[in-house]
Amino acid sequence: MSKKYVMGNGAIALGALSAGVNLVAGYPGTPSSEIIETVAKYPHDGTYVEWSVNEKAAMEVASAAAYCGARAMVTMKQVGLNVASDPLMSLAYVGVKGGMVVVSADDPGPISSQTEQDTRRFAEFARIPVFDPSSPEEAFEMTREAFAYSEKYKTPVILRPTTRVDHAYASVDCPDSFTAGEYEGFVKDSKKWVIFPRLSYMNHAAIEKRNVEIGADFSACRFNSVSGSSKKAVVATGVSFAYASEFLKAYPDVRLIKVGTPYPLPESFLLEALAGVDEALCFEELSPYIEESLLKLIGKHKLGITVRGKLTGDVPPSGENDADSAKRIISRFLGLETDHAAEDMSGAPEPPARPPVLCAGCPHRASFYAVKRAMKGKKAYFCGDIGCYTLGNAMPLDMVDTCLCMGAGITMAQGFNHMDGEAVAISFTGDSTFFASGITGVVNAVYNAADMIVCILDNSTTAMTGHQPHPGTGRNLMSSPVEKISIEKILLAVGVKKVVTVDPLDLSAAIAAVSECALIKGVKAVIFKSPCVAIVRPNKKCAVNSEKCIGCLRCVRELGCPALSVKDGRAVIDSNLCTGCGLCARVCPADAIGGDPS
Amino acid sequence: MNRDIMICGVGGQGTVLASRIIAASAMDEGNPVHSAETIGMAQRGGPVTSHVRIGSGAFSPLIPAGGADLLIAFEPSEAVRNLKYLKKDGFVIVNSVPVKPTSLGSSEGYDGKAEIAFIKSKRDCLTVDSEALCAPFGSSKFFNVAVLGAAAATGKLGLSADTLRAEIIKTVPERFLEKNMAAFEAGMKIGE
Repeated sequence: MSKKYVMGNGAIALGALSAGVNLVAGYPGTPSSEIIETVAKYPHDGTYVEWSVNEKAAMEVASAAAYCGARAMVTMKQVGLNVASDPLMSLAYVGVKGGMVVVSADDPGPISSQTEQDTRRFAEFARIPVFDPSSPEEAFEMTREAFAYSEKYKTPVILRPTTRVDHAYASVDCPDSFTAGEYEGFVKDSKKWVIFPRLSYMNHAAIEKRNVEIGADFSACRFNSVSGSSKKAVVATGVSFAYASEFLKAYPDVRLIKVGTPYPLPESFLLEALAGVDEALCFEELSPYIEESLLKLIGKHKLGITVRGKLTGDVPPSGENDADSAKRIISRFLGLETDHAAEDMSGAPEPPARPPVLCAGCPHRASFYAVKRAMKGKKAYFCGDIGCYTLGNAMPLDMVDTCLCMGAGITMAQGFNHMDGEAVAISFTGDSTFFASGITGVVNAVYNAADMIVCILDNSTTAMTGHQPHPGTGRNLMSSPVEKISIEKILLAVGVKKVVTVDPLDLSAAIAAVSECALIKGVKAVIFKSPCVAIVRPNKKCAVNSEKCIGCLRCVRELGCPALSVKDGRAVIDSNLCTGCGLCARVCPADAIGGDPS
Repeated sequence: MNRDIMICGVGGQGTVLASRIIAASAMDEGNPVHSAETIGMAQRGGPVTSHVRIGSGAFSPLIPAGGADLLIAFEPSEAVRNLKYLKKDGFVIVNSVPVKPTSLGSSEGYDGKAEIAFIKSKRDCLTVDSEALCAPFGSSKFFNVAVLGAAAATGKLGLSADTLRAEIIKTVPERFLEKNMAAFEAGMKIGE
């Protein structure tokens, strides 16, 4: 045993490993990605771990392990749960034999996500239990406990951390190496493992009965707690409990109720915790889940308690909570005067906006720029997708007209083609996104005789989430090398008319490839292939020859590279950021940019 | 000891490594530590913060406004953006070299001087010129370790320089170790 300082995601991984997990699968997505990376990193014996192509695949792979009586964990971000919801909804009816923990990381803010959805609602929708950790330490404990509950009640169990728990660091005590547990293996029983309407009907009734029992069990669970005894109570969940505790440490008499197991609701615990309370403030993020649950409970038991929270406007309906909002909202609720005077910022220079941008030297910039040049003067729709390259929307590139969800770039470009055949329909899809959910879109477009250009931005990694391998990289988490799956061969095999692979940094060839594809009817594809600069770390530099620079600033104006800026009316390159990609040199009309002689 | 340290900058400047070395060093000296970092899309050139909370008085991963003892800012305007997190008697260590935003309009005229003047009018402050400090090492990427040296020398970090040195040895890749150690010592001189 030793103390390990880990991220919340690391604590979840160590919790699973120390519970003897046999199989871990998932798809990268902020804020969940480090769970699988940690599992893969720590010495373990007998645990199978994989990056799956998407969350649905991960859920199904893990389900089979749980049918075998093995302990399985599947990890994803909240929008990944949407992808995996098909198997999960059915799995909830079928149930499991070995413990199965589904980690779905929510992202209040949202900081790095498309939605502010609330996995607690998903758990209730699927009728399966959910744990809601308030700290990395608790995430470790809850992961272990979730396996036990899963096996006790033969159901998948959700662990729902949020970004601030996933990415917070704390110390956990655990062994230095891990061994996966023994499991029985799959026992055939088609009445149990094959979902049919009759089975679903019977299991639905059993699940509703069981959930009442789990609610009672949760009422004695150590993750639900109460301190203080005031008539006004603060009810908090997840990391909001940590913020509330931080503020209320100066007011120990104030009743603070923590709900760590939101569904099935621990009713008897809450009834006891709320005894003598006349007003309760629900301090939570995302949806008013506990607030609505309390209102139901209070209605059911005809209690005279006023409930405040998001529904009453006391807590903001969107965005994340923090230590300051906890102080402001809770002190207003309690009628406390707080001493804190806000920082006087009068006279402060306004800090510049810093929207996230593609890195200096990012090959995606060159790909977008080539398509932009090839489509100059033409009517075109540019359908983006999920990944670093969503940042191609920023000025001056302005090359992402739509972004909806994983894989939607291809299918939406197809839709635009059917609605406006005059325009060139173009999609941008990253390599990992292509394997996750792009292939079916290409098949759909070919089958339905669309006229469009599929651009694959192949940087040989899953960059945005921290450079995870995928089927095109030639390695997985268990072995290396493995067979590389060729995007080009897949595209040709499904009937794409023309597939051109080009280095986006070879600007004229890249422009020519796009122009050529635009002349051909049907579904065409350009694979822009150049590795992510954050991985290859090229050590070349470009520099501006200030004698030759005519100050037209075309490089700065058209590329938006963070290494380029303006000094005394001339372009300058920050050599700390430059990777020597040379795109600016190709754009310069005065031939003023070249390799740095030093 | 209870000490809250905030580190801020622009994605890509290496704030995460600095916060991890501080956290690990504080633990080496026997303190419980909690910390939090910006991860994900904002890392690509956006404003980033790390919260390092040393001691048993921290209940949540984020430092409340007005709660930090020390603000280590890798960039002048980011220091202004995060000044509200600092205690009234808190201390600022700030890099005077600005990171200009990529959009053309706003990159002109921003040199960080007004920001530094504002910070100085508000708090005790040590300014560090990362370009001058890192020139001998050939890259401003060494600023994250150099500024730890400066912070250690001011005494505001509450950690011994030797503990930090030991953590740097454990943390940075061997091929960069020599330059990092030299950067730390150069930072120490500025902080003294």
